[in-house]
Amino acid sequence: MRTWFPYPLLSIGLLIIWMLLNQSVAPGTIVMGTILGIALAWVTLKLHPARSHPRRILRTLRFGASVFVDVIRSNIAVVRVILRVGRRAPNSGFLTVDIDIEDENALALLACIMTATPGTAWLEYDRGRKSLLFHVLDMENEEVWIQTVKRYEAGLKEMFG
Amino acid sequence: MSHLTDLPTWAAVIVCVLVLLGAAIALIGSIGLLRLPDFYTRLHAPTLATSGGVILICTASMVCFAVLQNRWVFHEVLIIVFVIMTTPVTLMLLGQAALYRDRVEQRRGVPLKQKPLPVQTPEETEE
Repeated sequence: MRTWFPYPLLSIGLLIIWMLLNQSVAPGTIVMGTILGIALAWVTLKLHPARSHPRRILRTLRFGASVFVDVIRSNIAVVRVILRVGRRAPNSGFLTVDIDIEDENALALLACIMTATPGTAWLEYDRGRKSLLFHVLDMENEEVWIQTVKRYEAGLKEMFG
Repeated sequence: MSHLTDLPTWAAVIVCVLVLLGAAIALIGSIGLLRLPDFYTRLHAPTLATSGGVILICTASMVCFAVLQNRWVFHEVLIIVFVIMTTPVTLMLLGQAALYRDRVEQRRGVPLKQKPLPVQTPEETEE
């Protein structure tokens, strides 16, 4: 099974993207998408990506929902900071937090989530010390930011553990 | 674009609110890029446009064309996914480059590079 379908999730994802791009569920589109998905998974095999096994779909959905809520909240927070920047300089700063995630893909996902949400930006991850340096736009309460990162870490560990 | 007038009022109101809100967020992000004091804080401003702005405007587009063409339209989701997935990579690259430069120039207020953990040789651990 593994030899024929090296990355089943990637193949399914590519099939979905192909169907969305073509905006159709016609049999021809599905056949073409399946061929492309399997062929491109074979190409990816040559790149030797780190393999990980995300599990527990329900947890993943819940994690996604909590990230979405965080994105909305931090959007509003950053809009406020920018609108009052003339009156009060933002109280920004660097924070470090220890993160104990081994999985490469989970780390990449965490980096993307943190940088995509306004208000936090991933800067540097030290693999030896397992510590992450990130920048925060509005440091009203350091503890809250560290708690947020810890919450993401716990969620990702559940998903990839 | 004349067929846009076919849009029923309720849909037009939803689309209007979403587009204006998204555009406002993107505009505020751009203003932030202009007015925030230093590089690291400016790193946060464009993410407003790429998260809130893109999500709202693409949702508006989905609603608008789904109502006009009387079918489900989902392919704007791809725009949201790809924009959200790719901008952080650039921002991380810029952030790390800035961090590297500031450390070389020994600017104040920038966290220093942590020293690598001392590698313990077997002889040392025995002592």
